[in-house]
Amino acid sequence: MSGLRVLVGCKRVIDYAVKIRVRPDHLGVVTDGVKHSMNPFDENAVEEAVRMKQKKVAKEIIVASCGPTQSQETIRTALAMGADRGIHVELAKGEEDLQPLAVAKVFAKLVEKEKPDLVILGKQAIDDDSNQTTQLLAGLLDWPQGTMASVLEHSDGVLKITREIDGGLEDISVKLPAVVSADLRLNEPRYATLPNIMKAKKKKIEKMSVADIGVDVTPRLKVQNVVDPPVREAGDKVPDVSVLIEKMKEKGHLK
Amino acid sequence: MALLGRIGRQVCQRIVCSRSISMSLSDEQKEIMDSTRKFVYDEIIPKAAYHDETGEYPWEIIRSAWDLGLMNTTIPEEYGGLGLSLMDLSLVLEELGYGCTGISTAIAGNSLAESPVIIAGSHELKKKYLGRMTEEYLVAAYGVTEPSAGSDVASTRTTSRKVGDEHVINGGKMWITNCGHANWFFVFTRSDPDPKAPAGKAFTAFVVDADAPGVTVGRKEWNMGQRASDTRGVTFDDVVVSSDNIVGQPGGGFKVAMACFDKTRPTVGAMSLGLARRALEEATKYSMERKTMGKPIFMHQAINFMLADMALKYELARLMVWKSSLEYDEGRRNTYYASIGKLYGAIAANENASDCVQVFGGNGYNKDYPAEKLMRDAKIFQIYEGTDQIQRLIIGREHMTKYM
Repeated sequence: MSGLRVLVGCKRVIDYAVKIRVRPDHLGVVTDGVKHSMNPFDENAVEEAVRMKQKKVAKEIIVASCGPTQSQETIRTALAMGADRGIHVELAKGEEDLQPLAVAKVFAKLVEKEKPDLVILGKQAIDDDSNQTTQLLAGLLDWPQGTMASVLEHSDGVLKITREIDGGLEDISVKLPAVVSADLRLNEPRYATLPNIMKAKKKKIEKMSVADIGVDVTPRLKVQNVVDPPVREAGDKVPDVSVLIEKMKEKGHLK
Repeated sequence: MALLGRIGRQVCQRIVCSRSISMSLSDEQKEIMDSTRKFVYDEIIPKAAYHDETGEYPWEIIRSAWDLGLMNTTIPEEYGGLGLSLMDLSLVLEELGYGCTGISTAIAGNSLAESPVIIAGSHELKKKYLGRMTEEYLVAAYGVTEPSAGSDVASTRTTSRKVGDEHVINGGKMWITNCGHANWFFVFTRSDPDPKAPAGKAFTAFVVDADAPGVTVGRKEWNMGQRASDTRGVTFDDVVVSSDNIVGQPGGGFKVAMACFDKTRPTVGAMSLGLARRALEEATKYSMERKTMGKPIFMHQAINFMLADMALKYELARLMVWKSSLEYDEGRRNTYYASIGKLYGAIAANENASDCVQVFGGNGYNKDYPAEKLMRDAKIFQIYEGTDQIQRLIIGREHMTKYM
């Protein structure tokens, strides 16, 4: 392999530091005028691809995002971190409710078009916490997958991946081409330096619509209701275990 | 006559329209701000209290800032810099100032020293002294102030005299930022010993290598605030400098020193904005948690009005700093606006910091809370880069020139 071609996905989400507010119609959260930035796990994905390029393991990094017009800013940030060029699948009005299956289908089309050796996505987006796109994409492409990756090593068309799973760490190896999702501990994402922000201006971003690539992004799931988590109530202090058991029985937690 | 009046009005309207300033930032400027802000949250804010406490020079932080390209932003591209505009630098410095004005002053000290060289240096001088700043991680210092010459720059006592093709400098400077770590100094000297010589011809400015024989750096001065910044005195004892190191024309140093301020005052104003905003945000966050008489204190009008006044001052100061930067970038003389922006920025910083301590109440007086540092750091903005009084002199003078 004389240098892999890597496709990285990134999503524009509400910035992690913002205080989220539920919309008055309870069908979502307030996004107007709220600060947005690149999904943190996607930063890990972009960073990993850039490191692979620095180590000469990768030779081209294409960053893609499926989202509204402002997703362009997210793509520019990825370009400033070191990606070579961008693809913006721009959503039209009415298409903004984008769900993982639709994203996976879009990326499957991009894979068909760009023929990368490796796709790296963020493990999950911090707005919907789905953790589905990578798996769905791998399924659609019939490619091997390595999710929740915290270590990624390449040699001769084989990827050694360490996955963070509930029980601990799992080591697997997959043959390329493959789809991988980045976890937080995969790397420490770099800051976009000012010189790189300036250079990123000259990098190309290809724009296309969902119709251009022939994907149906109609949502299959409908959000019924969004509410704030219940306000935490004050607890009760009890003097000893017997009183504790009594109280628990009272409240029906113990029979 | 009526026709002339109508044409005159149309011409005026067209002039006004073509000179209107856009208030929105470009995508690139927003990215630069975001990147800087992230750096500030991750690298500066967690460590600022430590450097304030110990006075230790924040080498690691400055190094990271240099890596990010935050330090030599206005050096022209041909010497390895980014050639960013003054407006871009103002955005960066506001964010850095929000994190810690002591650390941001250390970072901005480079821009201050580099300004005269960028404005008036010869091509060779720029290549030699600006080029190295972008190739290596270095710090430079601007040496004009002396123990007995602060506001009265013209009474500078450091002298330079021509000996053959070289110059010999004798004297001392005080309150020089980055003094203890500088690779080179911009030094302002009196080159004409005749006390009657006019200011425009009596001074010469030089770039002096810090390792030149005769340069002795003093001890770190312990100041009220911005303690992370390194301020010292430096003495020049028969320091020999080549004629090639003159910045601008021999005898024309005063003009060079003054011209810098048009560039550096907006940036110092920008740092004070960062502090003003920090004071506002810390006070706001505290007022949402602290309760008195059954409600969070921001719900009491007395506190809410204080926050409103702090917001007011910040927004107004920001507009003036932006305007003075934009005027400079568009090639117009910005002296009047630069002084207004710097002065009002200092007022906003100091008043906001004091109000922040007030909102925090007893906790505001205590080192475990962020308010007291802001008040100690803010004061210097009314003193360095031209005192509040000097700014008023300039504003008053510039104002009168419109009438005379």
